[in-house]
Amino acid sequence: MDIVQYLIDQIPFWTDILLPALVDGLWVTLQLVALTAPFGFLLGFLIAVCRVYGPKPVRALAKLYVIFFRGCPLLVLLFLLYFGLPSIGIVLGSYLSALFGFILCNSAYNSEYLRGGLQSIKGGQMLAARSLGMTKIQAIIHVVIPQAFRRALPGVSNEFIYLIKYSSLAYVVTVIEMTGAAKIIATKYFAYFEAFAAVGIFYLILVSFATIALNKLEKKLAIPGVSGAKQE
Amino acid sequence: MTEPILRVENLTKTYGDLEVLKGVSFDVYPGEKKVFIGPSGTGKSTLLRCINLLTEPDGGSVYLNGEEVTNSGRKINDYRQKMGMVFQNFNLFDHLTAVRNVELALLKVKKMGKKEAREKALFELERVGMLDWADHYPAQLSGGQAQRVSIARALAMDPEVMLFDEPTSALDPELKREVMEVMRKLAAQGMTCLVVTHEMKFATSFASEILLMEKGEIIERGKPEDIPTSPSFERMRAFMGAYTEE
Repeated sequence: MDIVQYLIDQIPFWTDILLPALVDGLWVTLQLVALTAPFGFLLGFLIAVCRVYGPKPVRALAKLYVIFFRGCPLLVLLFLLYFGLPSIGIVLGSYLSALFGFILCNSAYNSEYLRGGLQSIKGGQMLAARSLGMTKIQAIIHVVIPQAFRRALPGVSNEFIYLIKYSSLAYVVTVIEMTGAAKIIATKYFAYFEAFAAVGIFYLILVSFATIALNKLEKKLAIPGVSGAKQE
Repeated sequence: MTEPILRVENLTKTYGDLEVLKGVSFDVYPGEKKVFIGPSGTGKSTLLRCINLLTEPDGGSVYLNGEEVTNSGRKINDYRQKMGMVFQNFNLFDHLTAVRNVELALLKVKKMGKKEAREKALFELERVGMLDWADHYPAQLSGGQAQRVSIARALAMDPEVMLFDEPTSALDPELKREVMEVMRKLAAQGMTCLVVTHEMKFATSFASEILLMEKGEIIERGKPEDIPTSPSFERMRAFMGAYTEE
């Protein structure tokens, strides 16, 4: 009976303190994810196109970008942006530091998935497009990219799921997102188990929703012989 | 005599040390059906690709209706439309249904309206007997069907010449026939055709002239009906014999 009583006593802590704090943090997490994902995708796409179709110096620059931002641990990158840049006179503040760090990291990974997609489209389709009088750019836009995007989608989706989770690192540059909110409550009320268990469940729910939505998107965009559906 | 629709003058192409084309020249007149045969790796496919500049030739010129195609700069995209090309591996756009494969260049290159492009695309699919498959994706088509769609796609641009680069090589015998039938139908409608093929029977029955290429040169050429008897076609007879014995 003691355990039941204990749980009943806990209810106000959950409803009045822990959950409201986590919901506040959730909004910040969602904001970070919602801002990072589109910019990370577009930038990654640009990098991938530069790497596949760009002139040599552009290719080299794009490659360097990927080597740096994929090779640098995200935590180090965040420290660099938040603590490092001010010493050369650039003060981004905590929120922008986190956002830029995420976008740089996210775009580097996405560019690799998209590069694979672009390179997987056989050269013959490009030849056929050119033989019909399309310019190279038209062929890339109307023939290569729609297929490359579909091929890259599982990787890009995976990266999106990662993003939801590594957005928790914003906490180390003092952005109070979900994990940060949980840490504050945990320390203040000495409720480490409750706070981190709860925040873990929040992430699990978030990731589950994202997974379902991304799977739906993949199915919706699937084309026989290109992506998703079984090859005949 | 009428003017040639296509004039190829002294085309050369080298890959590294390998001279793939050693100065190939010929004229094509409206309605002609020129068939190129010869051992693999003798430059037949390269020749076709140099004609519409999918491969840039090192030297020589190509003229379409008297206008120079080589060195035409951006105008090459206009000339390419007039020289429809069909590839060995079909090269359909995998993400588009048959009808959208045919209409894509109509929309983006010819800038047709949606309705007009759709009508034109369906008309061309009907021409190659693929109307019932208009909404199928390339992966859902047999090789022969895919090749017919690719022919329709080239035809939709209203070309003056069709270039067929081994159009049946990737197909099994049953499927070769349906593609050949479409080609015969086109030829009967007066389409000017350049064909690279290893199908000797088809070549002799289809061609108005057969050209034997070897090591980057046209070494023998003539009307198919003269091949069995004329003394100037010894090499051609040997080559065709070797093929038909198989």
